[in-house]
Parts: sequence; C-alpha cells; structure tokens
Amino acid sequence: MQDQTTPPLPQDHNKPPRKSAYIGRAVTRLEDRPLVSGTGRFVGDMDMPHQLWARVVRSAHATGRITGIDISEALEMPGVVAVWTSKDLGDLPDIPFRATRIEGLGPYTQPCLAKGRVRYVGEPVAIVFAEDPYLAEDAAETVFADIDEDVDPILDARAEPGEFAPGISTAPLTLTKGYGDTEAAFAEAAHVVELDLAIGRHSGIPMETRGALAAWDKGRERLDLWGATKRPHWNRDRLAEMFGLSPSQVALHEPHVGGGFGIRGELYPEDILVCLAAMRLERPVKWIEDRREHMMAANQSREQQHLIRAAVDAEGRLLAIDETLHHDQGAYVRTHGARVADMSIGLLLGPYRVPAYAARAHYRLTAKTPAATYRAPSRFESTFVRERLIDAIAARTGIDALELRRRNFIASDEMPFDRQMTALESDVILDSGDYVGLLGKAEAFCGLDALRTEAAGRRARGECVGVGLAYFVEKSGLGPSELVRLTVQPDGSIEIVTGAASLGQGMETAVAQIAADTLGADYRACRVIHGDTDRIAHGWGAHASRVTVMTGEATRRAAETVREKAREMAAALLDCAPEGIEIDGGVATCRTSGASLTLAEIAAALDPVSPRRGDREPGLAAEAWYHNKHMNYPYGAHIALVVVDAETGRTKLDRYWISYDVGRAVNPAMIEGQIVGGLAQGLGGALLEEFRFDDQGQPLSVTFADYLMPTSAEMPDCQVQILQDAPSPLNPLGVKGSGEAGVTGSGAAIASAIDDALQRPGLVTRLPVTPQYLKARIAEYDAARAEGSE
Amino acid sequence: MKPAPFTYYRPTSLGDAAQRLRDGADEGALVIAGGQSLVPMMALRVAYATELIDLNALDGLGTPRVEGDSFVIPTLTRHATFHDTEAAPAPLGALLHGVAEHIAHYPIRQRGTFGGSLSHADPSSEWCLVTATLDGTIHLLSADGPRTVEAADWSDGPMSTTREPDEILTEVHLPLLPGNTLWGFYEFNRRAGDFALGMALCVLEMDGDSVVAARIGLGGIEDHPRRIPEAEDALVGQPLDAASIGAAASAAMQAVDPMEDTTTSAGYRRDLTGTVITRALEAARNRAPAPAETA
Repeated sequence: MQDQTTPPLPQDHNKPPRKSAYIGRAVTRLEDRPLVSGTGRFVGDMDMPHQLWARVVRSAHATGRITGIDISEALEMPGVVAVWTSKDLGDLPDIPFRATRIEGLGPYTQPCLAKGRVRYVGEPVAIVFAEDPYLAEDAAETVFADIDEDVDPILDARAEPGEFAPGISTAPLTLTKGYGDTEAAFAEAAHVVELDLAIGRHSGIPMETRGALAAWDKGRERLDLWGATKRPHWNRDRLAEMFGLSPSQVALHEPHVGGGFGIRGELYPEDILVCLAAMRLERPVKWIEDRREHMMAANQSREQQHLIRAAVDAEGRLLAIDETLHHDQGAYVRTHGARVADMSIGLLLGPYRVPAYAARAHYRLTAKTPAATYRAPSRFESTFVRERLIDAIAARTGIDALELRRRNFIASDEMPFDRQMTALESDVILDSGDYVGLLGKAEAFCGLDALRTEAAGRRARGECVGVGLAYFVEKSGLGPSELVRLTVQPDGSIEIVTGAASLGQGMETAVAQIAADTLGADYRACRVIHGDTDRIAHGWGAHASRVTVMTGEATRRAAETVREKAREMAAALLDCAPEGIEIDGGVATCRTSGASLTLAEIAAALDPVSPRRGDREPGLAAEAWYHNKHMNYPYGAHIALVVVDAETGRTKLDRYWISYDVGRAVNPAMIEGQIVGGLAQGLGGALLEEFRFDDQGQPLSVTFADYLMPTSAEMPDCQVQILQDAPSPLNPLGVKGSGEAGVTGSGAAIASAIDDALQRPGLVTRLPVTPQYLKARIAEYDAARAEGSE
Repeated sequence: MKPAPFTYYRPTSLGDAAQRLRDGADEGALVIAGGQSLVPMMALRVAYATELIDLNALDGLGTPRVEGDSFVIPTLTRHATFHDTEAAPAPLGALLHGVAEHIAHYPIRQRGTFGGSLSHADPSSEWCLVTATLDGTIHLLSADGPRTVEAADWSDGPMSTTREPDEILTEVHLPLLPGNTLWGFYEFNRRAGDFALGMALCVLEMDGDSVVAARIGLGGIEDHPRRIPEAEDALVGQPLDAASIGAAASAAMQAVDPMEDTTTSAGYRRDLTGTVITRALEAARNRAPAPAETA
C-alpha cells in the first residue's frame, strides 16, 4: 500500500502546519458510522401509519396488443384496496425525459402503465394496492393481461426497423458528428483497419433495489416522496408538472442509498404511481422492488454495436476515423433521452489526435427493458472500441502498441484542445492533460517490461497469460450549476446544504474537507445536508462524476465568504485588523495579540439580536453558486494481467493496475475506493454480466444465478496510482472527478490482455468475454486464420 | 418476492411427519429441510406449497455414522458437516470434504442439507454426483413404511426423482472406501460458488500403479449426474497416466448426451466433459503416494 496522501501545499516554514489542511488527506469518511453500525435508514426501513403496499403486474410478453386485463378476482381479494390499469390513470402524462436539442424522441416516452400495447417483458400493465406486501403480491398474481402477439419482437438494433406505433418507426433518429474530410483521408491512407465490435447489455445492479414511499397531506396539499434520489430537484419539478401541482407542494427526500451507479434514482413508472395513489387513496403508499423485477424493470445499459474504421499513414498516425454505431435503447425513451448514443460518438476519440472524423449513431428501439446511463456511460463502450482499434492498428503496422499511442496522443502543449464537437450539449474541449507523461508513469507503476517478461515466461511453460493496456479519457464536473448554503451554527458546527445527492460515494466527506480547509475548521464539525428539496431551492444531483467539482467549488466559495465575514467580525471583537486574523481549527486568532475567539463565539456575535453585530448581515453564513459550461477531462490507463484457461475459456484477472490523473485529489483514499469499486463493475461487464433474451424477447437473466455479478473471489489485486499532474484550469482547486475511472478502461484492457494471453491479436470483438463466447471465438478465429483472412 | 400463503407444520416424530405428508401430499404439501433452494423458489413463486412440513425439529437426522461397511448420512446432515475431513472415515472423509467446499457459499453450507440436495436433484448437485458415483442407497419413509432406491434409479429426468410425493428421504448410505482408493474431483463454474457447468468425480482402486476398479461420475453435463462406464472401462487394467486419462476423457465425450440451453451449447458441454474428467483424474494421480524408494 502506498502513501496516498497528497503532498501539502507549500507553506511558510516559520509557521506550524495548519490544523485545517484537509484537502489532499485521506481522512476518515464522515458518513460511514450509520452504514457500518446498522443505523442507516433506507427507504425499505421506513414505514408510515396506515400505509398501503403497491405491487406491479408486469407484462409476460415482449410485444403485443393488450386485448383485455382482468382485475376482477384481485379486487375481490381480502386487503386489496385498489387495482389500476392504464384507463384508471386518466390524463396522467407519460414520463418525460430531460430535453436536449436532439429532436424526434417525443412519441417514444413510457406511460406509467402500458397503454394499448406492451413493448417489453416486465413492462407495468397494472398495479395493486393492498394492506400488506403479501396480500398485494397474492392479488397481483391473479391479474391477467391478454396479449395478442401481433408482430415479432425486434431484438437487434441492426435489424430492419419496425413500427413502434402506427406510422412511427422504431428508428427515431441518427445522430451525426464529425469534422474534416474523412473520404480524402481514407483514399490516401497507407492502412485501413476495420473492426466490427459489440458490447453486451448490462447495468448497475445496486445492492439495494429501488423503492418509494409517498405520502399526501390532504389538508396542506403537500406530497412527500422518499426514495427517488440522484436528481431530486428535477424529479420534484417533473412530478409537480405531471400532477398539476406547484413545485412548492412537492418534496423529495433522500434516504440512505445502497448504490446508484446512474440507474437508481431516476423517475420510473413506480415512483409516479405511488405518488398518484397516495393522493387518490389518501393513504401513504410504499413500494419496494424485488430483485427479479429489478432485472427486468430498472434501466439497462451498454448494448451497442460498432463498425469502426481507421485510416492510418505508414508511420501509424491516425488520419481519420469513421464510426457507425447502433444503440439498443430498448422499448422506450427514458429520462436520459439519447445521451448515451450522443456521448458515445462525441467522446469516442479519447486522447488521440484525429484529423478527420465522421460518426453516426443509429438510435433504435427494441423489445427489451429500456436503457439509460450506467456508470461510465458511453466511455466503457467507446474506450473498448477505440482501444481495440489502436491494438488492431498496432498489429497491422507492426508498431508497438504503446509507441503507436504516443505517436497519436494530443500533446500537453496543445491543451486546451477543442474537439470541435459536442457531447451532452457541451463543447468537448479537453481542458488539461499530459497523456505521454501518464503513460510513462503507468508503465513504471506496474513494471510493464517485467510483466511482459513474466507473461512470456509463463506462456512458455504452457499457461495462457497476457498483459493488456487501455488508455482512456474520462469526463467529469458536468454543470450547469450548483448552489451551496454554508452556516456556522451557534454551537460551532457547520451546516452545508447542497442540492447535490449522495449515492454512498463519500460526497459528505469531500465537501466537508473543502469547507473545513477553506474556512479553517475541523472537518468533523461539518454536517452536509443533501438530497432534500425542502432545504434548498436548486440542485442537480449526483451523477457524471460532478459532485466534488460542482458542489466542491460552490462550497469553497461559500466557505471563503464565511471566512471573510468571520475575520471581519473577529477583528472588531478582538480590536485587530482583519488581515491580522487567522482562522484555523475553528478558532480565529489575532496574530499580534494572540487573543482568539471560536467560530461559535463569532456566530453568536452575529446573531440577529446580538448588540455586537452592528449593521452587519445577521448570521455567520453565506450562499454561493458555481456555474460551469464545460466539463473537465481526467484521464488514465488500465493495465490487466490475465490468465485464460484455454480449455474451458474462462478468464481470470490475476493482477491489475490503474493510473489516473484526477487533477487534484481531495481525499485519495476515497478516490482509490471509487476506482477499485469501479473495477469490480468493469470486470463484471468485461467477463460476467449480461442481460440476455431469447428469440421471443423473454429475459434470461432475471436472477443472480443467471446474471453473474463479480464477487470478491473474482476481484484481482488492484493497485491504484493517483496522479495530479494536470489540474483542471476550470476550477480554482483544479479538481476533476473520479467516480467512473475504475470502470472506463476495464473492458478494453481485459480484452487486450486476453488477445495477448492466447497470442491471437484482435481475438476479442465483443464483451462480455464469457467462456462459451471465447471458446467459440477461438475456433472461428483459427478457422479464419487458416483461410488467411484473420 | 413474497411466497404465496401456506401452512407450516413442525412435527416432532418421523412417523408423524410421514403421516402428515401422506395426508397433504396430494394437495401440495412439501417437506422442508435446509430450504436453500425451496425457499427462494417459493419466494419467486416458481414453487408452491400448501403446507411445509419442517423436519428440523426431528432428532437424530443430523449426524452421520458408520454402520458396518456403510457410511450413513441422515437427511438433515448439513453440507458444512464435511468442512471437517474426519466427519467420515478416511479416505471417504477427505473425498466428502473436497467436494463439499465446492457447494455454493459458506452460509448456504451451514444450512443446506444432504437430503435436501438429493431430493431437489439439480443436475449440478455435488451430493447427487457423489451418491451416483459411489452407488449409494437412498432410504425413504412413507406412512406405509420404509423403501430403498439405488442411486442409479434415483433420477427421473431433470430435477425429478423416483421419490413419491408422500415419501420422506431419511438417509443415504455410501460405501466406505478401501485404503488403496485414489480419488479426484474437479468442478468448473464461471464464478466461485456457482452451480457447476461441469464436474467430475473419480474414485479408483489401485494395485500399485494399475487401476483395478474405476468409478467416474459426471455432473452438470447431462440432466442428472451419473457414472460413465465407457470412461471407466478405458482405465481398468491400465496405469493411471496421460494415455489412459486421455482415453477415458475421449470415451466420456463420445458417451455423453449433453444438455443444451441458450447460454451453453451441447458442444461446449461435450468439450467440458473431457476437461473435467481429465482434471479429476489428474487430481487423483497427484494424490498417488510417491513411489517407494528402492534401496
């Protein structure tokens, strides 16, 4: 284990170190005590008097016309209060998506209960409300939807499009991006390399399934919802719109959350239905998703097919890339719209200089559970595709794969580098980076030469051992805005209220470190309040590795204002110049006299009725905004050492290294935790996890016996190198996000290592690399090689 | 994932349990032992019981014993019993230990039972494989009295046995193994603790370097575990070496009728048959005592 503590900032050597220098230190997380002592409060732990339980009846058919739904038996059953189908929902709108400039997705939104047709197995067709969850499930089992399977389900994004509804195609749009003259580049290329690649459908699978508890206060006309986190304010505003309420009549509350990974906390049919039922039935309503439901109802992700071509000159320099992508959206457009497809082509190029680029993303609806973002959305996929391409170019040209990367990297003196494209409606401008430098550090960190020697030696003794590397550029710090209110309480504690959310990633600690460091306080004195729409007017939630950047900077600004207020008040009280006041460890000290006051005493002096306050604004508090139009771009490398059992096709990760430049590390231990945890999900997607469907669209992966999650036994030893060579110029702390770095490069690195282990360049063309796939692929590859075509 | 309604009955004598099952079996009464498969299946509503008859209060069904040349495993014997290599006499104890550690995960092994595993009859059940390979005898009890079934007659198709709905599996008798036994087990799965995609158990009686009797059992490949006589024949009378191991594996690959599903082709399972038999036999060979040094 290395010392992960960042070197302290340069200090005046005549002064003792600041007690409150928290940024860069691996301090203990503030949020862990309830989580490790069983005192956390998840939505499943919450109950209200007189509450009803909801149970969703789901479609057993992938596609078809609803000819009737018989709810009569369920209505007669003991404890059943109501059973609804779509006709009971009145004019309740479909679930909206976050609008972008991309048009044409309007007809594809999901109704809360299927209207007229079902479009995937697991789609809600009815909902039962009963006195307890057992009765609700008993009754739900008696509800039958008659479905006329009038057309065959479309299960392949590359298949001929069909009709979503009369006159409405399952191919709503093709996104295009690019610049330069790719045709000319391909015409003059020394080499053209083409790959046909695919990524399987998988998802976040948080340990805690979804859940919702809604209550309607009829007298005050107020709706409260616990459970749907991630984007609390956006969710609140949409719920208010759907129900014809004012946002001030709706409050969302974020309880503890057992993992989010981008898929949990969006608005789903069930969230809306429990709210509607709470209002109509005038009783609190609770719904807890079971695992089988989760596997067919919660957002899935990743499934894309990529046809990618590169034009390369004789020295291996990229001249152009042409990419055609088919995105399998599943049955409906959900809250993200077309973001994953958009980012897939907008961020595909990673760290490389590509003079000309043409990309098109075909966004297709299929008869599967709808898709959306999952941790490292589009980057897991596009990094696999791009790095497979680079490896293939290396194999074709005979140039060492690392040397090839170096030749094509954007140089650090070209930063900021404008890609002349957008992703997530933000101009892609790589803010800072030393790509060559990180590659060298990563090689040294893992001892790449020695690893390759080891792998070759083990291969010579009959083992199939290989080393693979993938280089990637992440994105983080998605705006547009974040607001923080920081208040020093009369007891000296510091309350920080943010509209961001926590999914367990450690945001409370990171925000407290920034606040305490800036203000000069003990980080343990901070209480970070998040995910509660009643406490703050605006917020953009937790996603896209944004919280430390956005909330972090807003916090720093608020803390700076509070610090100056405190110095000014302390100076007056201590009869000293404000410049002479130093605040550290929660105490303001006059440098000349040595007299001091605690922050609590200063806050007391600023109490609204304090005679010492004078004309000053009451309270030791400040609000601050941070607005940010541009994302920043952290980057890194994954290096995998794998062992393949060639007889069975099973791949084992032996050892793993991740080097990552995070700009500035607020808490290195938490970053390492994020990265190692991300790797677990990455290796799942690379080797194990896949939502599979039969040819009728029946899901085959609805339990943990069929959808294989990695366990501790599958995790390799993973070493993490955190670098700070390229701070972001876009925020004063220079921080970039780290929530997704452990996922992004894993599919690509593992694929490359498997090629190496089996000494078959270009072998892996799809993820996950299951034993069955790998055995079949080896046979196909060897047959093609015998014919001279691979 | 809440089970449909059922009644729960906890008998205190085996006779009472058998009578209760006789009374309720036609309606859908089921016996529960460890519940590690039945309870999730009920929660998923792929299994329904009108009544659960819980054997866990019955005395004397949880501790194995030796009777003559048999090792008797009562139905409530937990998988974890065999975490102890000395739970059965050598060399059977080591064999049962070596197999048990592949059964699911530690918490499941604390609760799941030998009898439950046989009754559930999953194609990948390690205990079904052990019982088939060793030609164990399964003892059943109904309100009419006891009955025994030989291991070879136990399966009645995938996840189905010749046990009648009103019969309770009371114990399984396995033969004690002679001291000249070499055994080897190999299980292949995608993750630690998963159901086997394929597994093999070989139990060989040796005379010096030569195999005099061979039992080779295969699980996870066909719809129930069974001995593969073609593979056994390839070994008897041969030294246990690469050639005989290869011949046994090839014979098995030709002899099996592998299951096929949307995840795994029959061809993959056929290849895996050769791999798991080879590796089980190699594990056995690695247990062979080093040749005595010549003076």
